[in-house]
Amino acid sequence: MSIVYVLVPFALLMGFGFLWMFVASARSGQFEDLVTPAYRILMDETELKKEKKNEQV
Amino acid sequence: MSKSDSQMEHMETFHYDDEIVKRFTLVTLLWGLVAFLVGLYVALEMAFHQLNFGISFITFGRLRPLHTNAAIFAFAGNAIFAGIYYSAQRVLKTRMFSDKLSKFHFWGWQAIIVAAALTLPLGLTQGKEYAELEWPIDLMIAVVWVAFGINLIGTVIQRRVKHIYVAVWFYIATFVTVAILHVVNSVSIPVSLFKSYSAYAGVSDALVQWWYGHNAVAFFLTTPFLGLMYYFIPKAVNRPVYSYRLSVVHFWTLVFIYIWAGPHHLLNSAVPDWAQTVGMAFSVMLWIPSWGGMINGLLTIRGAWDKLRTDPVVKFLALALTFYGMSTFEGPLLSIKSVNELGHYTDWIIAHVHSGALGWNGFLSFGMIYFLVPVLWRTELYSKRLANLHFWTGTIGILLYVISMYTAGITQGMMWREVNAEGALAYPDFVQTVIRIVPLYAIRALGGAVYLGGFVVMIYNILKTIQLAPKAEKQETRDEFPRFVQKSFFSELSEAKSFSHRMLEGMPMILTVLAVVAISIGSVISLAPMVATNAMVQPNYDKELNRPYTPLQLAGRDIYVREGCYTCHSQMIRKTVGDVLRYGQESRIEDSMYDHPFQWGSRRIGPDLAREGKRYNHLWHYRHMKDPREVVAGSVMPTYPWLYKDKVDFGSLQKRISAMKTLGVPYSDEEVVNAETNARSEAEAILKDLSADGVTHAKVEHEIIALIAYLQKLGQRGGQ
Ligand code: HEC
Repeated sequence: MSIVYVLVPFALLMGFGFLWMFVASARSGQFEDLVTPAYRILMDETELKKEKKNEQV
Repeated sequence: MSKSDSQMEHMETFHYDDEIVKRFTLVTLLWGLVAFLVGLYVALEMAFHQLNFGISFITFGRLRPLHTNAAIFAFAGNAIFAGIYYSAQRVLKTRMFSDKLSKFHFWGWQAIIVAAALTLPLGLTQGKEYAELEWPIDLMIAVVWVAFGINLIGTVIQRRVKHIYVAVWFYIATFVTVAILHVVNSVSIPVSLFKSYSAYAGVSDALVQWWYGHNAVAFFLTTPFLGLMYYFIPKAVNRPVYSYRLSVVHFWTLVFIYIWAGPHHLLNSAVPDWAQTVGMAFSVMLWIPSWGGMINGLLTIRGAWDKLRTDPVVKFLALALTFYGMSTFEGPLLSIKSVNELGHYTDWIIAHVHSGALGWNGFLSFGMIYFLVPVLWRTELYSKRLANLHFWTGTIGILLYVISMYTAGITQGMMWREVNAEGALAYPDFVQTVIRIVPLYAIRALGGAVYLGGFVVMIYNILKTIQLAPKAEKQETRDEFPRFVQKSFFSELSEAKSFSHRMLEGMPMILTVLAVVAISIGSVISLAPMVATNAMVQPNYDKELNRPYTPLQLAGRDIYVREGCYTCHSQMIRKTVGDVLRYGQESRIEDSMYDHPFQWGSRRIGPDLAREGKRYNHLWHYRHMKDPREVVAGSVMPTYPWLYKDKVDFGSLQKRISAMKTLGVPYSDEEVVNAETNARSEAEAILKDLSADGVTHAKVEHEIIALIAYLQKLGQRGGQ
C-alpha cells in the first residue's frame, strides 16, 4: 500500500505542474484573446489558396 | 512590444513536412487492419473455442494482448501522430522542428509495433494490461517517445504565432503524461532478455497499473483525440470552434481531474476504501468537462448541418463526438460502486471500451483520414458513396457490438449474484453463466466483422484516391507568415522584462525541463517500493501459511502469466455478497503480497481463481487443462496441449527466485541455492499423485506439473 506514497506525490506533481502551467500561461497573456485564434486556424495555406485560385481562373 | 511589432511586418516563406503525415496516415490503415483482424479473431475464439486449435501462438490469452496493443498503440497511435504532425505545423505556422527526429519517430514506432507483434504471440509478456511488452521494448518506447516530445516541443518553441492553439495544449499534455506513466509503470527487474518481474507486488502493482491504465486511456485515447477534434472539426465545417473559451476550460479541467480517477478500476477490491472513494469522486466529476467538450464540438457543427448530410468527413466526426459523449457518461456511471458491482468483470466493460475505441477513436480517425488524404495528395476523394457506405457499415457494426455486449454483460452480472429462496446461488456452476452468453459472442463477432468490412471499403477508397491523384513533382505545402520573435528562456530571464512576457517565451522550455525532472524523480522514487516490499504489508497471521511461492509454483506462475490466463480469469474476490458466496472469503492484501506482477485481472470470462487451490485434485486440473470440455461441458476455455510436451527450465529457477529475493520476497539464501532441487522434488510428489490416479505419460519436467503446483497454491495463504 505504501505505493500511494509514490502515486500521490506523482499525481500532485502532475496536477500542480499543470496548474502552474495554467497560471504561467494565463499571466503571459495566452488567454487574453480567446476569439481570433479560433478563426486563424481556418486561414488556408498560401499554396493551396493559390492553387484554388488558379483552378477558378 | 513595439519592437516585436515592427519585426512582425516581415513575411517569411516556409514549407510543411507533408511526407511524414502521409506516412503516418498510410500505416494507420495498415495497422488498423491488423488490429481489427486480430480483434475479430479473438471474438470468434470466444464464440467458437475450437478456433484456438490448441496452437500456443494463437490462443486467446496470447492474442488478446496483441489485439489491444495493436488497436491502442499501432492504430490509434499512428492516427494521432498523423493528425498531430499535420495540425501542429499548421497552427504553429512552422515546419516540424527536425525532419530527422520525425523520421526516427516514425521508423522507431513501427519497429516497436513489429516487435510487439512478434513477441506477444510467443508469450513474452509482463502480464500487465496494456503494458504487456517486455522490458527491451519498453526501453525502445521510452526513447522513441522522448524523440517525439523533443520534436513537438521544439516545434512549439520555433512557432511563428504567439498564441498556442488549444489543440497543441492537448498534444503537449499527452506527451508529458504518457512519458511519466510509462516510466513509472514499467519499472521491473529483468531475469533474462525477454523475462522480467514487475518491481511492485500485489496491491501496489494494482494501484500503479491502473493509475497507468486509466491515464493511458485518458492521455493516449482522449487528450490527443480531443486536440485533433478541436482542429479537424472547425476545418471540416470551416467555422471556428463554437466557444474557444470553453475549449480552454475543457482542457484545464480535464488534465486536473483525470489523473485521480484510476482507482475506479479497483472498486470493491482489497484496495483501501478511501482510495476507492477518491477514485469514484473524481470519476464522477470528470463527466462535466467531458460533456462540455462534446457539446462544444457538436455546436461547432451547428449552422453547417447541411454538411452533416453531404460530407462524409463531418458525419464521421459528429458521430465520433456522440460516442465520446456516450462513453464519458457511462464511465462515471460505472465508477459508482453499486453500478460497478454489477458491471465489473463482465462484458459491460467490453461494450464500454468499444463504444470508446470503435466509435470515438475509430470514427474520429476515419473522419480525419478522409479529410487529410485529399488535401495531402491534392485531389478529391475517389468516392463519396463508398465513404457513406463505410459510415453506415461502421455504425451498424458498432451497434451490433455494443448492444450484444451490454446484454451479455448485464445478463451475466445478474446471474452471478442471483440467489434463490434458500439464500444459495441460483447458478452455482460458473459455466451456466457462460453458456447463456455464448450466442451473444457470435453476434459481437458479426458486429466486428461488419465494422471491419467498412474499414476495408475505406482502405480501397483511400488507395484509389491516391492512385488517381495527379503526380506532382514536389508536394510540400508552402505557406507564408511573419516571424514572431522568440527569445530563449534564459536570455529573457536576464532582461528586465515583465514577468508574464518572460514566462510565455519560456513555456516550452520549462515544460520540457519539468517533464525531465518529473521522470527522473519518478525513476528514483519508484525504486523505493522495490526495497521496501516487506515493510509494505504486515501479515498479522500465520507466518507458516504465508510462505512465498516455492520454485515450482513460481515456475507455474510464470506459465500462467505467459499464457495470459489473466485475460479470462480474475484473482480478486470482491467484498460483495455474490463474490463471497461463489468464491469464498474476500481477497486480502496479504493474498497477493508476493505477486510480481499482480494478476487480479479485469474480466471474468472464466471464474475467479483467487482461492482455486485445493478445490479440485491434481488429476482434475491435469484433465481440465488438456481439454476443459472433458470435465466441464460447455466450457469455452482453450485447450493447452503444449503444456504436456514443453519442459520447465529448472536451471533458470535459481535466477528467478533470486530476482524475487532482490524485490523483497523473503527467500532464504538456502532456498535460492536449492531452487532446482526443491522444484524437482515437489514435481515428483505431484507426479506420484497423478500416477496413482492413473496418469501414465506425464514427466517431472512437463509444464503442466508446475502449473498445477501454482493453481493448488492459490488462496492457500492466510485468509481461510
Ligand atoms: C478464453 C478464456 C479462458 C482462458 C484464456 C483461460 N480460461 Fe480457464 N476457464 C475459462 C472458463 C470459461 C472456465 C469455466 C468453465 C470451465 O471450468 O472450464 C474456466 C475454468 C478454469 C478453471 C476451473 C475453475 C473452477 O474453479 O471451476 C481453472 C483452474 C482454469 N480455468 C485455469 C486456467 C488457466 C491456468 C489458464 C491459463 C493457462 C486459463 N484457465 C485460461 C476460460 C478461460
